[in-house]
Amino acid sequence: MIPLIPAEAVEPELPGLTEAAPALDWWLLAPLLTVFAAGVLAVLFEAFVPAGRRGLQIALAALALLTVFGLVLAQMATLPEEGALLAAGVLAVDRTVLFFQGTVAVLALVSLMLIAERRDGRDAFAAQAATVPGSEEERAHIMAGSQHTEVYPLVLFAVLGMLMFPASNDFLTMFIALEVMSLPLYLMCGLARRRRLFSQEAAVKYFLLGAFASAFFLFGIAMVYGYAGSVDFADIRAAVESGGAAVFAGGEGEPLLVMGIGLVGVGLLFKVGAVPFHNWKPDVYQGAPTPITALMASCTLVAAFGALLRVFFVPFGGSVQVWEPMLWTVAILTMVAAAIIAVTQRDVKRLLAYSSVVHAGFILTAVVANSVEGLAGAMFYLAAYGFTTLGAFAVVTLVRTKDGGQEVGDLDQWAGLGRRSPLLAGSLGLFLLAFAGIPLTSGFIGKFAVFEAAVAGGATPLVVVGVLSSAVTAFFYVRIIVVMFFRDPEGEGPTVAPAGVLTGGVIALGVAATLVLGVFPQAFLDRLLPGAEPGAEPVSVTVHQVTAASGEG
Amino acid sequence: MEVTPHTNLAAEPAVAVAADGAVLSNAWLLIALPLAGAALLLLGGRRTDSWGPWLATALPVASFAWALLILFELLGRGAADRAVAVPVYEWFSSGGVAAGADLLIDPLSITFALLITFVGSLIHIYSVGYMAEDPRRRRFFAYLNLFVAAMLTLVLADNFVLLFLGWEGVGLASYLLIGFWQDKTSAAVAAKKAFLINRVGDIGLLVAIMIMFTTVGAVGFSDVFAEVPAMGDGVLLAIGLLLLLGACGKSAQLPLQAWLLDAMEGPTPVSALIHAATMVTAGVYLVVRAGPIFEGAPAAQTAVTVVGAATMLAGGVIASAKDDIKKSLAGSTMSQIGMMVLAAGLGPIGYVAAIAHLVTHGFFKAGLFLGAGSVMHAMNDGVDMRRYGGLRKAMPITFATFGLGYLAIIGFPFLSGWWTKESIISAAFDLGGTTGTVLGVSVIVGAALTAFYMSRMVFMTFFGEKRWDEGVHPHESPAVMTAPMVVLALGSVALGGFLMFGDRFAGFLAPAVAAQPHHFDVAHAFTSPYGIAALAVLVLGVAAAWLVYLRRPVARVAPAGNLVTVAAARELYGNEINEELLMKPGQVLTKVLVKVEDKVIDGVVEGLGMGVRDSSRGLGRSQTGFARTYALTMLFGAVIVAATLVVRF
Repeated sequence: MIPLIPAEAVEPELPGLTEAAPALDWWLLAPLLTVFAAGVLAVLFEAFVPAGRRGLQIALAALALLTVFGLVLAQMATLPEEGALLAAGVLAVDRTVLFFQGTVAVLALVSLMLIAERRDGRDAFAAQAATVPGSEEERAHIMAGSQHTEVYPLVLFAVLGMLMFPASNDFLTMFIALEVMSLPLYLMCGLARRRRLFSQEAAVKYFLLGAFASAFFLFGIAMVYGYAGSVDFADIRAAVESGGAAVFAGGEGEPLLVMGIGLVGVGLLFKVGAVPFHNWKPDVYQGAPTPITALMASCTLVAAFGALLRVFFVPFGGSVQVWEPMLWTVAILTMVAAAIIAVTQRDVKRLLAYSSVVHAGFILTAVVANSVEGLAGAMFYLAAYGFTTLGAFAVVTLVRTKDGGQEVGDLDQWAGLGRRSPLLAGSLGLFLLAFAGIPLTSGFIGKFAVFEAAVAGGATPLVVVGVLSSAVTAFFYVRIIVVMFFRDPEGEGPTVAPAGVLTGGVIALGVAATLVLGVFPQAFLDRLLPGAEPGAEPVSVTVHQVTAASGEG
Repeated sequence: MEVTPHTNLAAEPAVAVAADGAVLSNAWLLIALPLAGAALLLLGGRRTDSWGPWLATALPVASFAWALLILFELLGRGAADRAVAVPVYEWFSSGGVAAGADLLIDPLSITFALLITFVGSLIHIYSVGYMAEDPRRRRFFAYLNLFVAAMLTLVLADNFVLLFLGWEGVGLASYLLIGFWQDKTSAAVAAKKAFLINRVGDIGLLVAIMIMFTTVGAVGFSDVFAEVPAMGDGVLLAIGLLLLLGACGKSAQLPLQAWLLDAMEGPTPVSALIHAATMVTAGVYLVVRAGPIFEGAPAAQTAVTVVGAATMLAGGVIASAKDDIKKSLAGSTMSQIGMMVLAAGLGPIGYVAAIAHLVTHGFFKAGLFLGAGSVMHAMNDGVDMRRYGGLRKAMPITFATFGLGYLAIIGFPFLSGWWTKESIISAAFDLGGTTGTVLGVSVIVGAALTAFYMSRMVFMTFFGEKRWDEGVHPHESPAVMTAPMVVLALGSVALGGFLMFGDRFAGFLAPAVAAQPHHFDVAHAFTSPYGIAALAVLVLGVAAAWLVYLRRPVARVAPAGNLVTVAAARELYGNEINEELLMKPGQVLTKVLVKVEDKVIDGVVEGLGMGVRDSSRGLGRSQTGFARTYALTMLFGAVIVAATLVVRF
């Protein structure tokens, strides 16, 4: 913009242009910068490394994600209790944010294992996405062994968005993070090697609906800006608490705030896939390459809930009475409708998609609780669910048609899987029991934590609906187990592709996390919840406290 | 599951202290070792066939060694510090709810742990010989280990839920072992019968736990007992009677006694360990452990003594008429446990006597069963005592050990059984009043029956002329079988005196169970009227048996007998009563319920399921696959959001 200002004009009075460059805390920014730098480097690799870049790309991405996790752990130890503001207050880092970032990093790393897996020298992605499906050209690329190593920089950029999303401290940054996260995902959804038309359809749908949701989100930001005169979370919170910006001294700004909350809410609820903003999930989860589905089902959900919790607890934290009925309604709709629709699903990936929708409903009850316990419950739930769902999708990648071809999603074809490969079916059985919330799995503890918080927060009817919905979901989870173990295979039955080290590792990690978080959850709960002794500070800082920090800043 | 912070009290007087030191804080090893053995042998499959039984034998021995270490640790402490809470596993604690499992080490639980692991180890050793020829012995040893682990869980638990877990575990192990020879129909039926009858008792215990949880909000021993004064009389009575029902099931007390005699279908080591020495005594443990509850409900306490006395007499009568050596011993077990239950029902004055008799009984009854097994081994698995006779020369070691066990159980002065039986009798009389006298007299009558049926058994088996079947060539059992018998015989001789002389055991146990100190006076046992009476009935019982079974030849086929003997041989018609009173009405009820289930409940459930399915299909239609529909749905959602924001219900 600077060249547009005439030379002889007076010094511009726009804020931000005359002031000194903001102080940057490079240490706290390091996780974001690491992923960003790795993404840029990966693009450069794409451009300049001629062949054999796949290994390089995987190593780079893995290294970047590991570094992020290490940095987050180190920051967790050194960060002051009240958190810190970064980059002139557009980002805020506290221990809750660090928890979300660390979880995203780990889950992304595990997803990366699935993404990097190859069978017979071929990964899950189209040889050349630009070719027309079924064309001669496509065949030529397949024969030539072309591959899209662009997936790795795309994953890195998506992860960058996911790390920023819950850390944003104003709505514009949050919107940018949303788009940085979403755009690579839209692309990756369309990259499936098999059933490419299906995959491309999913990508287009996801993009169109995502754009629609983004529009809601942006409109909402505009409304909130109109109300508060700022997009900064602390300013918005202050405005909410004092009844609006200075121009609305009479309190007549309320409609703007209500519209803002609603529209921003629609955008965020779309991302977590709550009913009735869930329609994209089954189609996209089914159409996308399964490793990408796994990435979305775990990391995107964590990041989206991180942002949702932040928005409703921090800028809108002063108007709980406005949004609580809305979230009640959405949570009930989500838990009931998704559970019911899932009952008649015949495709495993679609079933897992609906399952993800129901789980989003369960986590929403923790948001409604609007308490430290609710936050801790949601955090535990998300981490536990992330690992379990990654394991489940890893199993899905292994069940294929006879010639080792495409994945078999049809549940009927899964009959007899338990006899053919008991270990694999047993692992999936464990994941399903965890989804259903059976004790001694992580799913039970997560559900217990969020429901308990909701009851304590006065949302008992919501919990009743949740428990009933759980009962319905248990039906279709157990049905998969029954089909796998107690039904005779039809005809040839499914083949199970041999699990490589990577896929096997993902399943093993999923099993381990599901069991450890289910059998020995206390160590983790202790780190999330306020100490049992009165007066003890929780290890994890709540988002409420960031408000205080940002208020001062 | 506990709902309050872990502040365990053993019983009222001794406040549990936190475990310190490696010996106590690793008390979970007691359970973990045999449990690991069971898992290893069951999961390891045939690979473990060769060394599995030896491993399974070594693990209870290791548990016993650990229990000994714990005992020494406890003895090194003051009496008040001997109840130790051992935190083992905290599942999670969130808000107001904490779930986990802790162990309680106190004199009572460690007494049981020592008995279980010691007798258990001996019986594992014996089984190495006894089951040597069985192709499925790996499985047998796995089940035995499972039993030991479950039994230890039962007695070491610090709350009723964990106790219940162990309770069910021993029930399972018992079921598996009674029906171990599953190709024998009688064994399979007996296993099923034991399981079903035990379920009745289990339900009682379970409902009792539920009542505790709803009234107290906790199931930890200390939490529940601390609330006893605040509980209503009705609640206490209900809990007491339900606990008694549980005890009746596990300990084969009237009216749930019918399974024990059939349980003798299991291999003899199983009968010795589970159906004589340990599992069947769980009911006594429960009554003593839940002492504060029974003390708060005198009516329930009276019920306990009545059940104990009735079972003691009925068991004695049945034992007197059975010709099957194991069934006769089983009747004897019923009778002896009835005696313990009676003592436990006396309240604080009887606790020490009950547990002491339980411990010595564990030794001599296990020894008697192992002896019976040794005899059966020699007699080609024949169990009919009318086909025995004159075995004392053929099997000298078995005869000597069995004889010592016999003298102990009939209460021959200064042998183990005498000490503990005398203390039960004197505790009953010391209770005073009509109740005390009636109970004391009934124990003496029980003792007379014991002297009669045990003498009958010994005379028919080891004395008299040989009435053997053709082709039977009795021989002494191998050392691996006789060695445990010798050890148990030594216990039968000396343990009672060791425990009771100078009130050693009373001093150890009393603080843990809030027992009333009750001095054992040796001189008094010979001079008091009831002491003399006990000795007199002993002589009478032996003499009667001598008259009938030694002086006269024993018929190889049981005579027709009169009404009394027939009734006794038919177990006092317990099975017929069960059949007419419970089984047949039960079958009718089942048929009716099946109809109700089919027509009404299934209808509702299926209707519900169909409703869900139909609405699922209906809702599923919104998933058209068209992005435009989805966008419209989102818009619709935005309207809902707007509506809820504006209305704000």
